[in-house]
Amino acid sequence: MATIDIPADMELVYQRPESLTPAHTHYCPGCTHGIIHRLIAEVLDELGLRERTIGIAPVGCSVLAYYYFNFDMAEAAHGRAPAMATGMKRTNPDKVVFTYQGDGDLAAIGTAEIVHSANRGELFTTIFVNNAIYGMTGGQMAPTTLPGQVSTSCPSGRDVELAGFPMHMAELLGGLPGTAYVTRQAVFDVRGIRRTKKALTTAFRAQLAGLGFTMVEVLSTCNTNWHMSVLGALEWAKDKMVGYYPLGDTKVSDAVRAMLEEK
Amino acid sequence: MAKGMVIIDEDRCKGCGLCVSVCPVNILRLAEGRFNAKGYPPVEVSDPEKCTGCASCAIICPDVVFTVYRRKRQPQPATAAA
Repeated sequence: MATIDIPADMELVYQRPESLTPAHTHYCPGCTHGIIHRLIAEVLDELGLRERTIGIAPVGCSVLAYYYFNFDMAEAAHGRAPAMATGMKRTNPDKVVFTYQGDGDLAAIGTAEIVHSANRGELFTTIFVNNAIYGMTGGQMAPTTLPGQVSTSCPSGRDVELAGFPMHMAELLGGLPGTAYVTRQAVFDVRGIRRTKKALTTAFRAQLAGLGFTMVEVLSTCNTNWHMSVLGALEWAKDKMVGYYPLGDTKVSDAVRAMLEEK
Repeated sequence: MAKGMVIIDEDRCKGCGLCVSVCPVNILRLAEGRFNAKGYPPVEVSDPEKCTGCASCAIICPDVVFTVYRRKRQPQPATAAA
């Protein structure tokens, strides 16, 4: 690569975070997984936690996340990341442990693990990427697929009479006493991305302080399996997904509030 | 003189166009008739002089294509010409 002269009066305002490896991701063009990976990496860099973090990758499109994060990673069986994180955090309480899970992983096959981990108040952080579909396997209906949304396994749209209602995981887990901080954010525009980063910072700080279970649900897009353009998927998500899955905190415990206030 | 500058790691770009859609000064575009090693038309800067170094492109890019620089704020006398 040719060297580029940076004028002396210019300062660096953005560069690749150290917590990401140089690997190129396998994600589709415009997939928001890349944005969420980057935000986690930026937050861990800023909090100086890279050397003591253990991430747990799920099964789903982000199954290869261990190639992309530049810290210790483990790979869990489908949906079992919270069980693995429980063991890791309990045996290594000085480490920062997080799970990175999609909606099929967390809200279908792994529902028991996440609900009980949250209810036990396990001191790890979950990043829950909700794109309302099974991405890796080709776009089948997920527990989070919106009513009426078309997928390969509900070609005429999700019928709630038959398939039930989409799961509101942030509300569900936010209602449990073991949780310290649960929020739902979206990475559909620059503002939302900044807010998501702030939420991730709060979650990791709350974990460091040992305040309880923390989860950041991130509404995400899957333009490939939604059969939309990259920008069309963002518009659809802002219009439809945010309507069904309202953004904002569903749990901020008193201890987390106090932590945020003292800054 | 440009207030900001972006360096584009072209071979990481997947040509998704998210950055193009958020650039407040509309100086990003996808290359025409030119492809990177992945086979996508990479993003390019059409008018570098207009870059403000806001880093919106870097904030939305899923593939960490951008490195962003911004001119340091210098204390200027109140009467300085623009």
